[in-house]
Amino acid sequence: MKAALAIEDGTFVEGIGFGSEGVAEGELVFNTSMTGYVEALTDPSYAGQILMMTYPLIGNYGVCRDNFESDGVKVEGFVVKELCKKPSNWRSQLSVNELLKEYGVPGIEGIDTRMLTKKTRIYGAMKAILAVGDYDRDKMLKRAVEQPSITELDLVGRVCVKEPVRMEAKGKYEVVLVDCGIKLSIARQMVKRGINVTLVPYNYPAKEILEIDPDGVFISNGPGDPARVKPTIETIRKLAGKLPMAGICLGHQLIGLAMGAKTFKLKFGHRGANQPVKDFETGRVFISSQNHGFAVDDKTLPSDMEVTQINLNDHTVEGLRHKDYPLVCVQYHPEASPGPHDTYFFFDRFVKMLAEYR
Amino acid sequence: MPKREDIKKIMVIGSGPIVIGQAAEFDYSGSQACKALREEGYEVVLVNSNPATIMTDPGMADRTYIEPLTADVVAKIIEREVPDALLPTLGGQTALNIAVQLGEMGILDKYGVELIGAKLDAIKKAEDRELFKQCMHRIGLEVPKSDIASDVSEALAIAEEVGYPVVVRPAFTLGGTGGGIAYNREELREIAAHGLEMSMINQVLIEEGVIGWKEFELEVMRDLADNVVIICSIENFDPMGIHTGDSITVAPAQTLTDVEYQRLRDASIAIIREIGVETGGSNIQFAVHPTTDRVVAIEMNPRVSRSSALASKATGFPIAKIAAKLAVGYTLDEIPNDITKETPASFEPTIDYVVVKVPRFAFDKFPTADAILGSQMKSVGEVMAIGRTFEEALQKALRSLEIGRYGIGSDGKDKDVTKEEILNKLRHPNADRIFHIRYALQKGFSVERIYEITKIDPWFIDKIKNIVEMEKELKDSVKHCLTDRKPMVYDFAAKHSIDEVPDEIMRKAKKLGFSDVQLARIFGVREEDIRKRRKKSGITAVFKVVDTCAAEFEAKTPYYYSTYEEENDARPTDKPKVMILGGGPNRIGQGIEFDYCCCHAVFSLAEDGYETIMVNNNPETVSTDYDTSDRLYFEPITHEDVMNIYENEKPVGVIVQFGGQTPLNISRQLEGSGARILGTSVDSIDIAEDRERFAELCRKLNIPQPENGIAYSIEEAKEIAAKIGYPVLVRPSYVLGGRAMEIVYDVETLERYITEALEVSPEKPILIDKFLEDAIEVEVDALCDCEDVVIGGIMEHIEEAGVHSGDSACVLPPVSLSKDIINTIEDYTRRMAIELKVVGLINIQYAVKDNTVYVLEANPRASRTVPYISKATGLPLAKIAAKLMMGKKLKELGVKEIKPRHVAVKEAVFPFIKLPGVDPVLGPEMKSTGEVMGIDYDFGVAYYKAELAAGMRLPTNGTVFISVRKADREKILSVVRKLYELGFRIIATDGTANFLSSNGIPARIIYKVSQGRPNIVDAIINRQVDLIINTPTGKRGKTEGYMIRRAAVDYNVPYITTVSGAIAAVRGIEAIKKAKMTIKSIQEYHEEARN
Repeated sequence: MKAALAIEDGTFVEGIGFGSEGVAEGELVFNTSMTGYVEALTDPSYAGQILMMTYPLIGNYGVCRDNFESDGVKVEGFVVKELCKKPSNWRSQLSVNELLKEYGVPGIEGIDTRMLTKKTRIYGAMKAILAVGDYDRDKMLKRAVEQPSITELDLVGRVCVKEPVRMEAKGKYEVVLVDCGIKLSIARQMVKRGINVTLVPYNYPAKEILEIDPDGVFISNGPGDPARVKPTIETIRKLAGKLPMAGICLGHQLIGLAMGAKTFKLKFGHRGANQPVKDFETGRVFISSQNHGFAVDDKTLPSDMEVTQINLNDHTVEGLRHKDYPLVCVQYHPEASPGPHDTYFFFDRFVKMLAEYR
Repeated sequence: MPKREDIKKIMVIGSGPIVIGQAAEFDYSGSQACKALREEGYEVVLVNSNPATIMTDPGMADRTYIEPLTADVVAKIIEREVPDALLPTLGGQTALNIAVQLGEMGILDKYGVELIGAKLDAIKKAEDRELFKQCMHRIGLEVPKSDIASDVSEALAIAEEVGYPVVVRPAFTLGGTGGGIAYNREELREIAAHGLEMSMINQVLIEEGVIGWKEFELEVMRDLADNVVIICSIENFDPMGIHTGDSITVAPAQTLTDVEYQRLRDASIAIIREIGVETGGSNIQFAVHPTTDRVVAIEMNPRVSRSSALASKATGFPIAKIAAKLAVGYTLDEIPNDITKETPASFEPTIDYVVVKVPRFAFDKFPTADAILGSQMKSVGEVMAIGRTFEEALQKALRSLEIGRYGIGSDGKDKDVTKEEILNKLRHPNADRIFHIRYALQKGFSVERIYEITKIDPWFIDKIKNIVEMEKELKDSVKHCLTDRKPMVYDFAAKHSIDEVPDEIMRKAKKLGFSDVQLARIFGVREEDIRKRRKKSGITAVFKVVDTCAAEFEAKTPYYYSTYEEENDARPTDKPKVMILGGGPNRIGQGIEFDYCCCHAVFSLAEDGYETIMVNNNPETVSTDYDTSDRLYFEPITHEDVMNIYENEKPVGVIVQFGGQTPLNISRQLEGSGARILGTSVDSIDIAEDRERFAELCRKLNIPQPENGIAYSIEEAKEIAAKIGYPVLVRPSYVLGGRAMEIVYDVETLERYITEALEVSPEKPILIDKFLEDAIEVEVDALCDCEDVVIGGIMEHIEEAGVHSGDSACVLPPVSLSKDIINTIEDYTRRMAIELKVVGLINIQYAVKDNTVYVLEANPRASRTVPYISKATGLPLAKIAAKLMMGKKLKELGVKEIKPRHVAVKEAVFPFIKLPGVDPVLGPEMKSTGEVMGIDYDFGVAYYKAELAAGMRLPTNGTVFISVRKADREKILSVVRKLYELGFRIIATDGTANFLSSNGIPARIIYKVSQGRPNIVDAIINRQVDLIINTPTGKRGKTEGYMIRRAAVDYNVPYITTVSGAIAAVRGIEAIKKAKMTIKSIQEYHEEARN
């Protein structure tokens, strides 16, 4: 099947389509992880984005539903150099092509993804449109420019739970997990540590959270511009200091905003499984999994917040701590999936905090 | 942590000669380490016996000892140098073993030398199979079921326990020496006995054979702050059961989910911590069950390895360099990533291409060797290729192998094979299996069936199937396809038919790695027709960067590979630039020596302000290090691939003289396509290579050649042989490097040789030369600029004519040639170089018999002996040659001939130990894989050192066994008499013993194998013999002599197979009994030679 990708800078490339016939639009972002496409495709943080993998051969090991990070594919579109038609792995249940068809997501292959990655690196993440089936070049190029940018979209509401959901670990701690588009591995890591989790929508009021009487609150990852997620920022502001609190990725940015810092859009973001994070407490370097396009600006941090970890590639903030409150958060994904397990200890630190403030 | 200030002087141990299992990768890692340490201001003392390496260049270390790599010699160097620290993790298993021995001898404690990189207990935990197993269990990892046996009966009992097949792994050996896979009790008896013998501590591990499981390797680095990163994952195409050095391997891992990969990653980190490798790189191997979640840890190398070199080249992350910096105290986050400059080394490289490594075998040189692959490594080299598809990388790798292939098939080299042959090749792993997977697919075997037989993951087989289907699509794309025609039949109709091939199909084929030669064969046209056709449609190669980060950051280092896509990353600069073609994979006849020359050309041209462009495909080498040249293209060295780069870069010209035969072979074609060949002209190369033109040259210069002729039929051959007189040297005209060459003493043998071994036809004539029996061979390397000639060195061969020059020991300066003979040789060399208009280097081989000097051959290129001469004399021949090629003159460079006071002996090193079934005799066909040098003031001591470095510790007392063919009896007499006078006991088989006794030398008679027991082989096994002198009768097969020589190899008893070698050995023994070895660095020797 024919397919094409148009980018707002006027780039137009034609390739071979897969997945579902149709059109997808969003911000074109690249991920440099060589494994973990199933986890990435189902990561709600990619809502509003067309995901491009830099590793050229994708789909080699097929799809195993156990590796889903949500209830389905969350990317808007998928861009690869070569899609594997005959996956080889005993766990595989279906191919990427079948997966994308099932969730109505279009994909394109057979194009120079390195060229597109370099463009993204040089010009920053750009708006793009992906069409599988019949397309009109001029219309696509026009729409690539005219579509709203990621900072103009409210994406969190699309991907979070609508009603509270309880995940029983028969453990001794109760935590409310504010779902802004959670990767299930975050909840899995907590359950594994004996934490009973109640998932609540991103706009669940602080008062009602307090009524659940949890030992702590956790703010999840999620898609889009943190500055637009006002209800959650409000909730954080109300609960900070009252309960032990932690956050990951978007959750980290929201905590930063709630505490008075500013966030900014990175040129093309961090998406991959090889990002070095330096932890000031231990002096150690950990390899982390990351997926974010925005970051907390360390120059705008209020005096009661301190940076605990930084990214060694560009020295942006990777971890924050409140000097007085039991409040910690990280920009990267300690739950991994995909990516290295080096920073699982973040959850242990959270459990310790719950114990201390109980 | 900043670097350590409490250490000033660091000793680095190299890996010695190139052998199977330890090749150029340790020159690469050692060189990187030396550079990195000196950059940090440390004083570096280097020990390595291999003169062909870059690392032993006098500029690489403060003091360089080209001395035998034995613990006692290294101990003497430590005594002289008293270094603060010893870095043993960059010189392969050799360096690690020496470090362990030095520790156990108490030398390290005595001189206060600290082991850095890995401590003794970490080395032991990784190397000792039982300790390793305990470590794995402590961290909850599974290993194959196994136990340690100290004798054969224990081995049999363990095998009953774990179940057949079992893998036998001797402790403390390299490249799996002495190991193997046993499927039954009988095989186990044999393999275990051999393995016990090979083990330094007489132990073998009998291990559950996880044959057919998927095999993965991870390259791990750790620093003193306990930061750990994974540099690269490697998936073996060939599953468990084939040594990873003999497997096709792929980076990154292709068929693991993230969950599975992270499990291996977690395990690797746990392993490096548990073993306790403090800093540096380690290689960890895992077997993964294909259909369950069982994972077992196979082994860990607590050092930089062959796979580390591959991982470095595959990712751009310089493992050895970083390992050296970590060893002196830096942490990963303090070291910048060279490629991006802005990001630190504390990250995990990610790549956006596929890397395929294919091993290079040399079974053609060893027809009697067991060519089935198993747990003992047999390959002699490797190539690596990079592509954006697996198919592209695989086909590029296959055409880099220097085996005449241009891809996986359809290149004019396909064979007609039966189903039975295919099944046989698929069932028993071998060097050609990859090609037989294609045949199988063509014959309709399903992917599943091939998987069932080979256990090669279906993912890989499917990719090969894509290539097979592409071939069909190509053939179907033109109306009248001409593939059924014989090769080389050229059809004008076909030439036009390729215009019919749709661009899309052409482009698709190029994306799958099809070479122009393959396409030409498919369409029945010439390579250049395809090239023109492609270019017309704009289907040309682009170049992408190897940048460690998949383009996330800008790469500052121009390291490229070609592919067929949209964007070209390789923007040429406007500086004057020179392209240097490398030598491709290491193989017998073409080793690391040529890489040395290529690197020197690069260094020399860089000095003169040229931008240097290196093209090579051997991941082991220094030349393919991204910081050796200004720009590196990791590419096959074929006409097509080289011209793609040439057209992109538009250099001043291309140098073909330094990469051995590989670039020379394509020089005419390159010139035809418009490339400028620098240095000696293509025509001069042709004169030297064309027998008739060369004979004419010799006649013109009045330089004698052995009588010779060319035969186009058996009758003609017999006529020529009769005319010039037996013995004659016979060889086919169409092979190089002494292949299939034989010395023939009579007409019957001549007939047999021609009918059995060769086809002779008008297209394939046979070359016949008078064989100069007992002549001394002499070899000269010289520099020439068309006006002047400087003799680089004259080397006298120890072994007589008839032994391939690459296999003969040699000595510089000559020890037995008269002044007159030397003058004649110098005169011939000068005149021939000038006549051939050589610009650069020339190597000429002579034979001296009855005071006449004959020229045997001339090679107007850098030779194998260039690095050895440079190390012996201090004269950087290759560097000077490169400058001459760019137009400089010898006079202006002020180059002077150097006649050293010391003596340097080069000795060849052979792979016989790794190749059971091979007769370890020397002949006109080259068999050695590497070389060592012994240097001292006396020939005898230098020779003794060279032998010691080559692994042959000549005895100073004990029992010598003598068995020589009749023709050698008189000649050997003086040798045996000398040995007797030196106090050796002499034993011999009856014929030789009677002869010796009748000449006044008492010799005890010992049975031949055929005469009963105990016989000579029993005596060898029982260690009752200290030296064996046995000259072959020339008969083939499992003769008496073969059994003796093979026992000598297998039981590591010094043996000599030529009379001339025996004479030299006796001089060595005599000298070492009287004098001590001189322990001196080459910097000191060179200083003396200059004054």
